[in-house]
Amino acid sequence: MELFRYTAHELHQKLVDKEVSSVELTQNVLNRVEAVDGKVKAYITKTGEQALKEAALVDEKIARGEKIAPLAGIPGAIKDNMCTKGVKTTCASQILAGFVPPYEATVLEKLQAQDLVMVGKANMDEFAMGGSTENSGFFTTANPWNTDCVPGGSSGGSAAAVAAGEAIWSLGSDTGGSIRQPASFCGVVGLKPTYGRVSRYGLVAYASSLDQIGPITRDVTDAALVMNAIAGHDAKDSTSINADVPDYTKSLVSDVKGLKIGLPKEYFVKGMDLAVEKSVRSAIDQLIAMGAELCEVSMPNTEYALSAYYLIATAEASSNLSRYDGVSFGARTEGGDIVEMYKKTRSEAFGAEVKRRIMLGTYALSSGYYDAYYLKALKVRTLVKQDFDKSFEQVDVLITPTAPTTAFQLGEKSSDPLSMYLQDIYTVPINLAGVPGISIPCGFAGGLPVGMQIIGKPLDEATVIRTAYAFEQNNDYHKRFAPLGEGK
Amino acid sequence: MKITRKDVENVALLSRLELPEEEMEMYSGQLNAILEYADVLTKLDTDNIQPTAHVLPLKNVLRADEVKESLPRDLALSNAPEEEDGYFKVPKVVEG
Repeated sequence: MELFRYTAHELHQKLVDKEVSSVELTQNVLNRVEAVDGKVKAYITKTGEQALKEAALVDEKIARGEKIAPLAGIPGAIKDNMCTKGVKTTCASQILAGFVPPYEATVLEKLQAQDLVMVGKANMDEFAMGGSTENSGFFTTANPWNTDCVPGGSSGGSAAAVAAGEAIWSLGSDTGGSIRQPASFCGVVGLKPTYGRVSRYGLVAYASSLDQIGPITRDVTDAALVMNAIAGHDAKDSTSINADVPDYTKSLVSDVKGLKIGLPKEYFVKGMDLAVEKSVRSAIDQLIAMGAELCEVSMPNTEYALSAYYLIATAEASSNLSRYDGVSFGARTEGGDIVEMYKKTRSEAFGAEVKRRIMLGTYALSSGYYDAYYLKALKVRTLVKQDFDKSFEQVDVLITPTAPTTAFQLGEKSSDPLSMYLQDIYTVPINLAGVPGISIPCGFAGGLPVGMQIIGKPLDEATVIRTAYAFEQNNDYHKRFAPLGEGK
Repeated sequence: MKITRKDVENVALLSRLELPEEEMEMYSGQLNAILEYADVLTKLDTDNIQPTAHVLPLKNVLRADEVKESLPRDLALSNAPEEEDGYFKVPKVVEG
């Protein structure tokens, strides 16, 4: 039985009904990893042995007649920028190649409280900087729908693992689209929660005012289940929001009657692939046929968001990444004096994109340029956020494509950083505004999945999930499985 | 040119990065292209706009000043490239 093909909620039922055990399920997923990871390369570190032990504990609970949590015993993958106590956490960087965290990220503690079974730590762009996973300091991950294409990024390993059956669900992190864009490219569901909804404690920082952890899953129901497990206030994260967390499974209602959908006209402009536009527009037509109301909105500052994002994110990164100095943890390359040691360590162990962003951010913050770049970008951020505030006075959700194209070829954009940055044009404004957004599959073009982005009001993940669920239940995109390993 | 070769050298120093000649050329070109793209921001009048560093209305998040368990020293040192007598060890920084 190919258990790795099922969703978490289906597998939970099978565990509860004692149709399968968690050990059988975990072994099935581990066999799948063994069979296909040579091709996909989703994992930096595999923790199969530990996973089987964790699974056995869940089986004991079931045997004792105890109630198990919705994700208990269901194998998942964790992006390798979340600290796992005693398990290597590399951020796909040579500078952290040997780093074993002495503590657990809060999301991991929360998942362990649900009896987590962790298959491994997923590949990513180094320090989450990139949109293709080609910036990993170790190797590139392939897209399970076409292994000549990128899986997207930076959570490319997390998305590819779920699409290829190498994990049932996973966690990613999203600073400018890093959950939603790989979910779009790999034909899975990816949710970036409201900034502050999920604790960032133990998430290796890239751009602290934008980073957010969220689920990557096969369907919207599983995304709601993972959100239930990880959302909530955390005293260890000073930017964590102290607000009630609803039960997101209550939003799994296929009803969008009277829902007001906004179509930001500035998003549907040149640069978008025609097949992508067609898929997203026909998905919106379906929602209207189901009773939603369409409203065109204007977000005039959209064209400035990408530039503002790249200045703010890199400025924050240049500060955050100054901690990699070869002193208290991480790699060190010996040099003459201490400054020499810092320079040699950082130059040897950081990849090109990380160096580029550190330098761009350092420049934007440096004396004489601060006002023109960093401060200007923060002011533009205010205008971008106001666009969202105004739109949400009229509508309940906004819908756009997740990315302007489907997955591109490996190597296609890796030599031109700016063309790679342009991939993020529809996703970065959401991070600047701090609002929640989901990407769900809404069609195919040339055999590759197309993603639709649904954006909600701050803390209103519930409406985002409801809209996504209504669309999903009327379609079968989420039931298609990537052809990899099936001889196609 | 938005950013000169000399600027890139200075930024590399501030970033504690050492770049070989050919990389210096490559980064100069790429940073210029990115900054030229970002020039679009100058079209916007932001004179009377407040900056947003953070989207949440949070101020001074404090907790009670209570003694709690902290990371044991051996664990805190467990990832150190070099340590001695319970300290992180670095190249000599003081003359004499």
